[in-house]
Amino acid sequence: MTATETPGAVPANSEVTSEIGRRRVRKEDARLVTGQTNWTDNIRLPGMLHVAFLRSPYAHARINSVDLSAAREAPGVIAAFSGADLASEQGSLPCAWPVTPDIVMPDHPPMATGEVRYVGEIVAGVVARDRYAAADALEAIDVDYDPLPPVLDMEAALAEGSPKVHAAGNKSFEWPFSAGDIEAAFRDAPVVIERTFRQQRLIPSAMEPRAVVCAAVGDEYTMWSATQIPHILRLMLAMVTGIPEQQIRVIAPDVGGGFGSKLQVTAEEVLALLLARRLGKPVKWTESRSEGNMAVHHGRDQIQRIKLAADRDGRLRGLSVDLLADMGAYLMLVTPGVPLLGAFMFNAIYKMDAYSFTCTGVFTTKTPTDAYRGAGRPEATFAIERMMDELANELGMDPLALRERNWIRHEEFPFTTIAGLTYDSGNYEAATAKAREIFRYDELRKEQAERRAAGSPVQLGLGTSTYTEMCGLAPSRILGQLSYGAGGWEHASVRMLPTGKVEVVTGSSAHGQGHETAWSQIVADKLGVPFEDVRVLHGDTQVSPKGMDTYGSRSLTVGGIALVNACDKVVEKARVIAAAMLEVAPEDLEWSPGRWSVRGDPDQGKTIAEIALATFAAHNLPDGVEPSLDSEATYDPDNFSYPHGTHLCAAEVDTETGQVTIRSYVAVDDVGTVVNPLIVDGQVHGGLAQGIGQALYEEAVYDDDGNLVTTTMADYILPTAADLPEFQTARTETPATSNPLGVKGVGEAGTIASTPAVVNAVIDALRPLGVRDVPMPCTPERVWRAIQLARLGRAPDSGDAPSAAPATPPANQAHDAELNPAHGQEEGM
Amino acid sequence: MNHINVSVDGVKYSDDVEPRMLLVHYLREVAGRTGTPIGCDTSNCGACTVLLSGMSVKSCSVLAVQADGAQITTIEGLANGEWHPLQRAFREEHALQCGYCTPGMIMAASDLLRDNPRPTQQEVREGLEGNLCRCTGYQNIVAAVLRAAAEMSGQSATDAPTKAAPQTGAVS
Repeated sequence: MTATETPGAVPANSEVTSEIGRRRVRKEDARLVTGQTNWTDNIRLPGMLHVAFLRSPYAHARINSVDLSAAREAPGVIAAFSGADLASEQGSLPCAWPVTPDIVMPDHPPMATGEVRYVGEIVAGVVARDRYAAADALEAIDVDYDPLPPVLDMEAALAEGSPKVHAAGNKSFEWPFSAGDIEAAFRDAPVVIERTFRQQRLIPSAMEPRAVVCAAVGDEYTMWSATQIPHILRLMLAMVTGIPEQQIRVIAPDVGGGFGSKLQVTAEEVLALLLARRLGKPVKWTESRSEGNMAVHHGRDQIQRIKLAADRDGRLRGLSVDLLADMGAYLMLVTPGVPLLGAFMFNAIYKMDAYSFTCTGVFTTKTPTDAYRGAGRPEATFAIERMMDELANELGMDPLALRERNWIRHEEFPFTTIAGLTYDSGNYEAATAKAREIFRYDELRKEQAERRAAGSPVQLGLGTSTYTEMCGLAPSRILGQLSYGAGGWEHASVRMLPTGKVEVVTGSSAHGQGHETAWSQIVADKLGVPFEDVRVLHGDTQVSPKGMDTYGSRSLTVGGIALVNACDKVVEKARVIAAAMLEVAPEDLEWSPGRWSVRGDPDQGKTIAEIALATFAAHNLPDGVEPSLDSEATYDPDNFSYPHGTHLCAAEVDTETGQVTIRSYVAVDDVGTVVNPLIVDGQVHGGLAQGIGQALYEEAVYDDDGNLVTTTMADYILPTAADLPEFQTARTETPATSNPLGVKGVGEAGTIASTPAVVNAVIDALRPLGVRDVPMPCTPERVWRAIQLARLGRAPDSGDAPSAAPATPPANQAHDAELNPAHGQEEGM
Repeated sequence: MNHINVSVDGVKYSDDVEPRMLLVHYLREVAGRTGTPIGCDTSNCGACTVLLSGMSVKSCSVLAVQADGAQITTIEGLANGEWHPLQRAFREEHALQCGYCTPGMIMAASDLLRDNPRPTQQEVREGLEGNLCRCTGYQNIVAAVLRAAAEMSGQSATDAPTKAAPQTGAVS
């Protein structure tokens, strides 16, 4: 299904002489397709107890009392706790990103004390012999609450007199950024487009629900957790609980997806540690999906007010962005930083004179938000790519032509953008040309015109998204400038075993990305050893003591380079020992993959395996040379990486039912050098599905009392196989100049690019009907309502009023009242 | 407590279980078949799919007592000396990333192919609608099922059924 025939694409295996670039099936798969997996919930330790948590049924309430007496008497119950019981030891969950000096960063006890601020916040816990007994005992806990007013709307939350989520108020921070003379850019601008977009709240929905097991033996604590960040979690557990870091070991066993949702230090992890310590027994907690939808951090949730100024010929003058970002009830690990990652991306691939950005972080009585695939960058890309289509329409230009008018030309790289980032490389012309050709853009435009002329009930829309992203998080220096609490380096070590086999230890922590395979390919090339001879170890702080883990499309661009550097050190160490073995000077040797040989006499040489064995024996090493080839490297990138691409979506929109069907989707991505095309394609496919999910299906919906009503997978609609088209993916390859492999990130690209491509296609289909926006997700109901409102000459709703599920639109012309999106939103799921 | 006799992956078990115990909990916690994971609690995701006397079921929506007398096949019992064609095809086509949905996806696909040995691409998509994957976008899962179908029916994967949807192959 993935035959490579497009000119310029990565060559098929027969043409590849190196491991890098080869379509390798994954090493990881053998255990995953046979059920020999080690998910956290599979772990059973002798004497292990089970934890269940009671969660707040109120969005906002004062806790008067928690009566645990009946629960403690229930069969099989070992202990029960309230927040008050743990107050002296539970600390406050960490936020590592205080984005401004005056940020409001409220205390966040893992188990609530005094007040609850979202439905799903933990109020009490039971430890029992098995999970059924623990769940039963929750029923016996009596909590007396005084309900307080919920705070659900960001704009209302900032208004004077709003009920307060925290005593310090509902505004967490305001973060401004500007470059160029924005007033001049807008003054006398011939064209100004102004729009408000709503980035709806999303639930990341990794297929594996969270789980944690914690064992306390003496003063040593071992935690198994379904986490993306074992290293950061270990550090944070030590900082929150005061337990010395060297006494904590964190293991991320097989982890079933994350997408940012497991880039977190959770209440459940901290509480499992405290309960294991108190009881001296191992404890396990596994969440149910319904529990997780309330309690795992959510993503997105922004109101974006965007203004774009341009000349009549389409040249961009200035861009002004005013964001409200919903923090939810508390600041979690990187909550405030997520929208700011978008601050440098609204200008995207375009040149302009001036740019201004302001983000206000707002507290509400909802589940906290934090990183979700793309984290800030999908929101920014959506806004600018939607605006470019709006501007193209205003000017009567083709959307691709408008983009080309403004993008950075390939000969202009490296290019420092208005937001201050230096894009190292790219070729937007090449990616766009290729996408146009595969998509058959001109033919589809012709068909669109025909359908419009015929007044077809099913209209065709073409959506464009020419994205870039900053990924490969991140240069530590820049993170410091942005007030992040840690660096962005990564660590790797390479151990040469006496038999010539290789063990690699990486600080990246894979949970589906295929690091074991890709890292083996890199090592095979760098050391000249067989792919099969490399073993990759990760995800256990005792095995891999140093790392910054996996998120932000950083593993290959940061962790992969650390690995390259460690391999280079191994090769240099081997040179000195090979020279002694061959009785020549080190500078008389030359390296070919896997072997040092004498320059001019290639028959005289030693393989890396022979050198490894001689190093192990250490009988005849030169004076002062240590008997080891093992090497390690910690790499801090100088710059982000900037993958880019052109995505084109053709959507058919049934104007009678509002149903959107994606007819074709072309993604041409430039992710630099490709290590494994199979894995890259897989990342793109999955990213597209998540971005399309935001465009058409997904939304976390709250009712007026602050109850999350999309608590199950029946209510929170994830795309299925039947909902998605067969994607057409292709690549251009402009190597990154910022790292020795030439690689860029790919994990988030599909998600970032696809949401605006799909929504632009929907709007493009409906524009002749007067529709200029449909709030996401573009459900049949919302599309249908937008069409009806446009017919009545009314502006579309901005998306503030959520629509829980696609309702069946009325068959006849409806009354005005029925068209108000505020109506019908509580209708059945 | 109720008493049940079941066969799981060819092994006979005789156990007392609570009437409320879910089959998936029985498989994981009593029979030790942790290869079958749990992804939700409303029978939407399909991660826990197993074969119950040859038919695919979501084992979170079956009580252990309902399985009394049945033969159950999990992902751990699918291979018969060597990997099942679906297991091979999932690996060859990169039809999994994190792998959490994979056991259920493979078991559901095996039932789909029992029912329809040479499905079209669209039939595969619709047949697996009850199994969610968050990593792959399904494209390679569909490819893997078609590949396994071809192998199991002794034909090449490119020899697609005539009903196949046109113009849908990936470019790269």
